[in-house]
Amino acid sequence: MASTPPVDSANSTAFDFTEAQRSDQFQQLRKTHRSFVFPMAVAFLVWYLLYVVLAIYAPEFMSQRIFGNVNLGLLLGLLQFVTTFGITAAYVSFANRKLDPQATALREHLEAAGAGRGEA
Amino acid sequence: MINITNAALPAIHAATDTETVGTPWINISVFLAFVVVTLVVVIRASKSTSTAADYYAGGRSFSGTQNGLAIAGDYLSAASFLGIVGAIALQGYDGFLYSIGFFVAWLVALLLIAEPLRNTGKFTMADVLSFRLRQRPVRVAASISTLAVTFFYLLAQMAGAGALVSLLLGIGSKTGQSLVIVVVGIIMIVYVLVGGMKGTTWVQIIKACLLVTGVAVMTVWILAMFGFNFSAILGAAVETNNNPAMLDPGLKYGLSEITKIDFISLGLALVLGAAGLPHVLMRFYTVPTAKEARKSVVWAITLIGLFYLFTLVLGFGAAALIGSDRILNSPGGVNSAAPLLAYELGGSILMGLIAAVAFATILAVVAGLAITASASFAHDIYTSVIKNGNSDPKQELRVAKTTVVIIGLVSIAGGIGAQGQNIAFLVALAFAVAASANLPTILYSLYWKRFTTRGAVLSMYGGLISSVVLIIFSPVMSGAETSMIPGADFAIYPLSNPGIISIPLSFLLGFLGSMSERRPEDPKKQAEMEVRSLTGVGAEKAVDH
Repeated sequence: MASTPPVDSANSTAFDFTEAQRSDQFQQLRKTHRSFVFPMAVAFLVWYLLYVVLAIYAPEFMSQRIFGNVNLGLLLGLLQFVTTFGITAAYVSFANRKLDPQATALREHLEAAGAGRGEA
Repeated sequence: MINITNAALPAIHAATDTETVGTPWINISVFLAFVVVTLVVVIRASKSTSTAADYYAGGRSFSGTQNGLAIAGDYLSAASFLGIVGAIALQGYDGFLYSIGFFVAWLVALLLIAEPLRNTGKFTMADVLSFRLRQRPVRVAASISTLAVTFFYLLAQMAGAGALVSLLLGIGSKTGQSLVIVVVGIIMIVYVLVGGMKGTTWVQIIKACLLVTGVAVMTVWILAMFGFNFSAILGAAVETNNNPAMLDPGLKYGLSEITKIDFISLGLALVLGAAGLPHVLMRFYTVPTAKEARKSVVWAITLIGLFYLFTLVLGFGAAALIGSDRILNSPGGVNSAAPLLAYELGGSILMGLIAAVAFATILAVVAGLAITASASFAHDIYTSVIKNGNSDPKQELRVAKTTVVIIGLVSIAGGIGAQGQNIAFLVALAFAVAASANLPTILYSLYWKRFTTRGAVLSMYGGLISSVVLIIFSPVMSGAETSMIPGADFAIYPLSNPGIISIPLSFLLGFLGSMSERRPEDPKKQAEMEVRSLTGVGAEKAVDH
């Protein structure tokens, strides 16, 4: 019993998920999810790190005044805020439209087959 | 070039000789009123705290909106408010990196972590990490790293409390400040013991609303003083400090190659740390579904984003209206820029209000941290390892509450030791530890099939030990003017943030550890975790009352 303390019995069920994992339906959901979140995560990280590196290694470039006292560095920093809000909105709309219907269908299907019973 | 508003300048000179700031009795009464109101809320909420799910996860009954506010409340700590405003006021552009990093970091949580975490876990981060790996080693590692991150985070909050109070109540002596830290610690212990997660969540919600409102009012006020011209504020900041370099990158970090790398290290720790913070992760369990978890992150991102935009105005506003000399010479040092600014704008009353909000912020964040660490210890080490899963829930709850008391005492001691440091900087250390010890394992276990127990344990201990050891041998601890141990010098690691070494190292160890383990983990468990993480089958449900 030491390897599986009862605490985790609420975490797992006797239901075998390997078949569900192999199903086309799930693979499709997995693909939809990953093909959005992975490229998006890489993109914002690269954009953020580019900003950090530019600020410290190209200070003259970033210090160019764009209007008044506002320089390019400050403007790009504000642009980081804009892209973060933008990516958030894009993800929420994507998840509501593409992920939720697939996930709900699959969940209902699995629950009908007996998965997830015996929960707290 | 836009003309700098000169109308604001005479006011600065008129106020320069005011040394004690505000009226202590106004500050105290505003603060006490706030404490009484929140305590009443906590006691009311606590009437329905009976089970472990109630105590740790608020019965999973919070809506996404409420939880989003609470996340913002948890995240916008004194470091964000006092620390960032101070950093921007003194270092200009280089301080702005904190705002951007702390904010952009939320995309990691939104895209990769919040929903699968809600779908696969129960109370703590370790629930997810140990889902398909061997329970004991992973739970112990996760719990130790939770305690370590919490400790660094608490240091920052307590240092903030000291700075704020010294300014507010006119307590200049170190003994007086230490005494105040003791009082804060005791109030915090009461908060958590009485209210549990539900009470704490309500404190976070109230505080988030007050903080964002207070900061918004100050921002509009400053903008109005400068004719809603941001460029004019920047101009005035340069003028007051007589330092044109403050708008450009490099004021603090551009000095040498080492400081440049330090800047990148800080940037990396900030963006990867947020999603590894145990007290933030635990928040995702207080909502009923993954969809609500998503909604709560969206709310959090909106509020946090607005807040950090405001701090940009406040930081340069403080630089313009007060100037770095006066900030550094005030009782609270760099951390007192925000309350000083409030005084400059609205006198004693606004300063009393803003300081009370900042104080409440510290209190609430400390409570959130304490509950996370106590849940982790009671649930992951006591019940799962010491008692082999056989403790009854009442016992576990008692252990959790004892842990709160111990954490309270440790944070009081730590806070007394960390007085005078910039708290945004201290929090960045907690972020570095979180990004090194927790994030790689969370990502691997959610997204990499081949990940094994050895990988998890190596990555967590490797990240934790390397980051903590690098901090100990960095200028943070010794060898510099601002070090924690003045006089000593054993700083052999030149950077002040360990992230650039410890984060990649932890990812690498997780990879190598897993590849070197011949026996893969149970494929059934992996299947279950993956299916559950995306579909929400069998996720913990809300508790009905």
